[in-house]
Amino acid sequence: MTAAPDHTPTMERLTLAQQIEPWIPALLVPALIVLGFIAIPAQSSWLTLTVSGLAMGMMIFIMASGLTVVFGLMDVINFGHGAFVSVGAFVGVTVLLLLPQLTGAPSLLANLLALVLAIAGAVVATALMGWGFERVIVMPVYGAHLKQILVTMGGLIIAEQLILVIWGPDEIFLTRPETLKGAVTFMGAAIEKYRLVAVAFGLVLFAAMIWVLRSTRIGLIVRAGVENGEMVEALGYRLRVVFVLVFVAGSALAGLGGVMWALYQEVVTAHMGQEILILVFIVVIIGGLGSVEGCFIGALLVGLLQNYVAFLEPKLALVSNIGLMMIILLWRPQGMMPVVKAK
Amino acid sequence: MLYRALSGDFPRSVVLSVVLLAILVGLAFAPFLFPGTRSLETAARICIFIALVASYDLMLGYGGIVSFAHTVFFGIGAYGVALATANLGRGFDALLIGSLTGAVVAAVLALLVALFSLRVRAIFFAMITLAVASAVAVLVSQLSSITGGEDGLNLLIPRELTPAVKFAEERFLGVRLNGKLLNYYLVFFGSLALFLVLLRVVNSPFGRVLQAIRENDFRAEAIGYRVVIYRTVATCIAAVVASLAGSLFAIWLRYVGPDTTLSLEIMIDILLMVVIGGMGTMYGAVIGATLFVIAQNYLQNLMGAASEMTAAVPLLPHLLNPDRWLLWLGVLFVLSVYFFPTGVVGRLRGRA
Repeated sequence: MTAAPDHTPTMERLTLAQQIEPWIPALLVPALIVLGFIAIPAQSSWLTLTVSGLAMGMMIFIMASGLTVVFGLMDVINFGHGAFVSVGAFVGVTVLLLLPQLTGAPSLLANLLALVLAIAGAVVATALMGWGFERVIVMPVYGAHLKQILVTMGGLIIAEQLILVIWGPDEIFLTRPETLKGAVTFMGAAIEKYRLVAVAFGLVLFAAMIWVLRSTRIGLIVRAGVENGEMVEALGYRLRVVFVLVFVAGSALAGLGGVMWALYQEVVTAHMGQEILILVFIVVIIGGLGSVEGCFIGALLVGLLQNYVAFLEPKLALVSNIGLMMIILLWRPQGMMPVVKAK
Repeated sequence: MLYRALSGDFPRSVVLSVVLLAILVGLAFAPFLFPGTRSLETAARICIFIALVASYDLMLGYGGIVSFAHTVFFGIGAYGVALATANLGRGFDALLIGSLTGAVVAAVLALLVALFSLRVRAIFFAMITLAVASAVAVLVSQLSSITGGEDGLNLLIPRELTPAVKFAEERFLGVRLNGKLLNYYLVFFGSLALFLVLLRVVNSPFGRVLQAIRENDFRAEAIGYRVVIYRTVATCIAAVVASLAGSLFAIWLRYVGPDTTLSLEIMIDILLMVVIGGMGTMYGAVIGATLFVIAQNYLQNLMGAASEMTAAVPLLPHLLNPDRWLLWLGVLFVLSVYFFPTGVVGRLRGRA
């Protein structure tokens, strides 16, 4: 009988590279900001661009987050998502235009009240619309991607045309509420107040979303459903109901993003949703379908890059985002933080 | 002869055959049957869109690939001719070189896009092509030193293709025999040839494999067909045909601009035509393009009349406003995806 072989397992520490790896996507954002700092000669313009990039990223994130979770949960891709952005913007702007005494007053409280009312109007409208959209457009085509793409695209066309029917063919110009106009000067850089508000609002919303997904029961079900829907259903949860809820929430977020975008651009057109949809898709793809965190990072990257490049070489702004998408897909073909694995 | 020309793929329905024959005769003798500039414009547009939509049908209906970048290839063909005439001057050689260069560029670009993104799932491909298409449209409208920007480019086509040249003094059946007529027949026979080539492609063994992949790509791969290669080749063929159709379009209009060739609106039009006509049937492209272009040009008049008639009713006149014709086609589009996914052609064939 031979002796048992020596068995002394050695535990190797993870190398530094391995420890950093999961954080690489998150580190890309500061890396891009530093790159921008090197590439842009004037410090003050760099600061202005960074803030507006972050603001833009936050707004894109708000619009894109719903789309990515909807996809993760039910494997449904909604090309009509842009319609919610447009409708949200139009409803919000209509509310703001109805309240000139609140938006025109030089008091912050009155302005914020008007903003909250506008956002509430937009959210309610787009949530209802999302519910109807899910019922009429999306439900009959579960599981058939080709039809989903076609039908939701059709939904986008119809919604856009209905906006033209209701609000007329002209673009609507608006001005921001009195106290959100203008800019503050910080270290020699002029930073628009509204952009700071947008950044703060986006951060709060992101934190709230993460809290809901990580610390509540419904968030747990949603995350589990994204991971493995069949198992969640086998455990007795009706994923369809959860899905409708998420779809409605995602639509409402798109509407909210629409209002913010309208105030950022100070003009709304029926086409705006379609235009933003392209940025939203880029963000969702590079973030990894189904991942809220990836979507957040992707949105910030897209917002920052768009602003930096627009400053350095205006003609390449949108192309730069395509380039970013290509590079990230070559590096990680499923996006930065893919969640959906099995499907 | 007929069997060879149609590659053995007959309409297989009496009604459909009659309709197709009517369209063919109508287009072939359009200058004589429907005199007037506007109807000739409509007829030429129908011809070009038949070829373009048929090439898209090769991807969508036969290959099951949803691409939003088809207008890019259309635009490459159109801009190819425009740039060639701008640099080489007036002449048939410039048109030929421009079209062929455009086709080659389109094929290479299609190859790149396909190899890059066809490995991923259908949804990714759709989203990536949408992004690429919009980037190209923006790029073209901004590189104004080369492409003329938003204003586009005017083409110098040979004088033989313009109304300025008359081949005979007297009229034939009431129609002037001038260069415009020759140009129309260039468009007509060019589109017809492209369509017949596509019909040949989808009825070849290659087309059958493509359909197998559309139905079940996993199984097709298991049987031993390289799915990616078949899809890539289909994308390239579709791109070349779209590019040639774009060249014809540019020659006919004597103008290219981002709005006429590259915009998302054109892409949506193509999508509507394929789906309403019938995916995966080729003849659907003929029906879809004809219906759509006629609706685009003439439905508005009808809707204007209806809008005036219902002026007393609230909201309805707005819905019937001539500018809202796309709304109704959008509704028709969604309904056709749900209730008759094989479109008009599938419906007609099913009944026969």
